[in-house]
Amino acid sequence: MKKLGIILVSHVPDIARGIPQLLTQVAPNVSITNAGGTNENDIGTSMEKILAAIEENKASELLAFYDIGSSKMNLELATEMTDKQVHLYDAAFVEGAYTAASLIEADVTLSEIEKQLASLKIK
Amino acid sequence: MLTTEITQEWMDKFYHKIEENKDYLSELDTPIGDGDHGNNMMRGMEGVKQGLAKLQKPDLKTILKNIAMSLISKVGGASGPLYGTAFLEMAKKCGETQDINALINAALDGIKKRGGATEGDKTMVDVWSPVAQTNEITQKVIDDAIASTKDMLARKGRASYLGERSIGHLDPGAVSSGYLFTALLETEASL
Repeated sequence: MKKLGIILVSHVPDIARGIPQLLTQVAPNVSITNAGGTNENDIGTSMEKILAAIEENKASELLAFYDIGSSKMNLELATEMTDKQVHLYDAAFVEGAYTAASLIEADVTLSEIEKQLASLKIK
Repeated sequence: MLTTEITQEWMDKFYHKIEENKDYLSELDTPIGDGDHGNNMMRGMEGVKQGLAKLQKPDLKTILKNIAMSLISKVGGASGPLYGTAFLEMAKKCGETQDINALINAALDGIKKRGGATEGDKTMVDVWSPVAQTNEITQKVIDDAIASTKDMLARKGRASYLGERSIGHLDPGAVSSGYLFTALLETEASL
């Protein structure tokens, strides 16, 4: 397993579960966890689910990608409650996560990954 | 001065205001958001009510923190982390001062930091900020602040995706924040 992991946060459980399917194709050795929907699996985000996804991830340093609205705020709250190091990126959700997964798999350094993610910043 | 008694009564009154205006809040949220603000806040306040009922002789910090965690975990929409952060900041600050104005200011700073919004962005900040700045909270201060959001162009939150189409609607988060402060006013008058 790679030292860096990925966490995906979406308002929709199916979106959060779907993106890892795309990512694992290029990054079979990257730990990818996700949190989608509210605690009741309605549309929204849940700080508790995000925190669980952070803790479940096998890596201790994580790159986080999210969709809209409350997902960033709940991600920030969760990062304040964990000991793991979590980096948030305002990048295009799918493209950003895909880029990061490919580069982590290829053992590219975090600072190099961040350079590439900067060009995908849309938020 | 914010006490445990005032806070509990305040949340009870806020609960009832959300309950009475749940449909109105969702209606306000429909043209410029995702139409769920009323239901989200109701779910949050149900959580707050249940959370507070479980506490035994809590101190102020415990009460404020409990409110924050209920809102964060139950609301679902962006209002959850925002209201939650507001009460979390009050919980952090109340060891130092119980002055209501100072606590509201601490909460406002937290909301701004969490959401990245500032005055004039057509958000709850446009109610919290005038309330934090006034020497005496009155219903007029609250009502004027809510009304001011109508002509604003949304720059944060779901409504910002609509650009100029957001003009002409009240911000739902500003309206629910108004209920929060009206509930506080009524609590202070009743005790």
